[in-house]
Amino acid sequence: MTNETSKAGANKPALIVGVLLLIVAALVGYDASQQTITSTYGVGPTAVPYVVAAGLVILGLAHFVVAFREGLPEPEEADGKALLWIAGGLVFLIACIALGGGFIIAIAAVFACTARGMGRHAFVVDAVIGFVLGLVIFLVFAKLLTLILPSGPLERLFL
Amino acid sequence: MDTLLSLFHGFGVALEPSKMLFCLIGVFLGTAVGVLPGIGPALTVALLLPVTFKLDPAGSLIMFAGIYYGGMYGGSTTAILLNAPGESASLATALEGSKMAKAGRGGPALATSAIGSFVAGLIATIGLAFLAPWLVEIAVKFGPWDYFALMIVAFVTVSATFGDSPLRGLTSLFLGITLGLVGIDKLTGQARLTFGVPELLNGVEVTTLAVGLFAVGEAFYVASKRFRDPEEIIPIKGSLWMNKQDWKRSWAPWLRGTAFGFPIGALPAGGAEVPTFLSYSTEKRLCKYPDEFGKGAIEGVAGPEAANNASAAGTLVPLLTLGLPTSATAAIMLAGFQQYGLNPGPLLFAEKPDLVWGLIASLFIANVMLVILNLPLIGLWVRLLAIPQPWLYAGILVFSTMGTLAVNGSPVELAQLFLFGFVGYLMRRYDYPVAPMVVGLILGPMAEQQLRRALQISLGDPMILLENPGSATLLGIAFLALVAPFLMKGLNRFKASED
Repeated sequence: MTNETSKAGANKPALIVGVLLLIVAALVGYDASQQTITSTYGVGPTAVPYVVAAGLVILGLAHFVVAFREGLPEPEEADGKALLWIAGGLVFLIACIALGGGFIIAIAAVFACTARGMGRHAFVVDAVIGFVLGLVIFLVFAKLLTLILPSGPLERLFL
Repeated sequence: MDTLLSLFHGFGVALEPSKMLFCLIGVFLGTAVGVLPGIGPALTVALLLPVTFKLDPAGSLIMFAGIYYGGMYGGSTTAILLNAPGESASLATALEGSKMAKAGRGGPALATSAIGSFVAGLIATIGLAFLAPWLVEIAVKFGPWDYFALMIVAFVTVSATFGDSPLRGLTSLFLGITLGLVGIDKLTGQARLTFGVPELLNGVEVTTLAVGLFAVGEAFYVASKRFRDPEEIIPIKGSLWMNKQDWKRSWAPWLRGTAFGFPIGALPAGGAEVPTFLSYSTEKRLCKYPDEFGKGAIEGVAGPEAANNASAAGTLVPLLTLGLPTSATAAIMLAGFQQYGLNPGPLLFAEKPDLVWGLIASLFIANVMLVILNLPLIGLWVRLLAIPQPWLYAGILVFSTMGTLAVNGSPVELAQLFLFGFVGYLMRRYDYPVAPMVVGLILGPMAEQQLRRALQISLGDPMILLENPGSATLLGIAFLALVAPFLMKGLNRFKASED
């Protein structure tokens, strides 16, 4: 790793943030340039986006400067596996809601995956806890607050 | 006289049994969630926002007030017993508080922070009740240019005071403003930055961003470094109560802390970090037992804790009278107001006096309930601290997704939550403050609207911003606040090279 970043010791994270900021600025600027309606007097819907885009460009360039100076604070080493477990749980949740799998199963998965990511090794027990938690929340929202959370086949049994 | 009458009327609203019940539930839930490690008041309010979703506005705002104060109190409990401040405002409390707890005086530390919060909250709420109507009278005369300038001041101070680096603060702020552009432009009906996704036409939900950045981001962050710094609860030994000397040493710091907290909190540049640290250093200087500082001096808990609470009531002044949030918690409270279709500002005092004064009165009641509830229930809160971390964060994620699904159940909304969570993780990892992003999302569209209104009145002449003395002064302040940290940094470097 060290011999890769040897050129002038540029701080990689700061460079990446700088590039990302420029990309966002370009998106904002492009979107504003596509607007068709403009106000006859005062400023239209495009003025502020252009100002924001300009601000983002300045910040992006400032990050390049920082990259060659002090750089961003050096973070601690991250536990990638833990992050993957939690992210996996959330992705499952989104898929489950999108495909009509219902709230309770989605919540059970999020609970179990997060607990696994945080270092517990009792996936089935946690899934059951999550399931009960999801069921209770669903019923409280449905009966007490009259708000129906996303329902799948399982939830319809209780309605 | 008018103020007293309105306040009296407000108590009439807040003392209804059903409202009292909401307030009690709010205080209880707020403390229970706020006491969990890693959860500050901002996150507490964001997580519990959906719970108040279906109540009537008055009831839910009153519950809100309870959640707010409960969350603050819970946060200081964690700071004292775990030495894990949930937000920067309780950093000062943790300094002496955790030392006291280690020395077996956790009980008096918690008691002085509870009673100090009570005293400070009470005085500051009186200050709020008397200052607000006066400020409303000024605010009524504000033109759009003044509002715009005021928001610029808030932008600058929020991004410069949170975190160590103004560059990272401003980056966070600008990303928030960018998110604020998403959706239909209110004046022309044009869709901006939606990229053809219909769910984005309504813009980015503040609660989704806040919960994503604060809750999901925090979960990712803690998980990523879970092998480090295991947190240890310090058991409470000895008496829970303060002895005579504790009282004698606490009352003056309470009052001084309030005197720091309320005015600074009420400024548009506010925030709670500055007054808490000011109070800490003042008490350290004035203390008759300076040796005890660093080993657990009760003054070091009493002062900052009072300052923290007083500044919380202080931030409600610009929030209620101008609609201007100056802290992350206030920003989320504003989102809560907007959820019920209420826009805080001078008009709210005229249109919904019942609601505003009911809220102010319920702040008094929430304060009383906190003391009654918390001193005897300390044992229960301590037990909550012992929830295993995996279950704790699994539960936090469940509540986060539940909140998002309750407000808007679309997969697009959930995907945003996930995305913001990951962004929040990266921001924590590289030490970018997240609060300015939330403030940017809320204030960005408001500032744009005021600017365009101002320029419509002036027929497009931007000089209107500098011709009005009010807005010109405010813009001057904003400019100074923006430039000062960079100059100071230059000074520091100069100093460092001298050494």
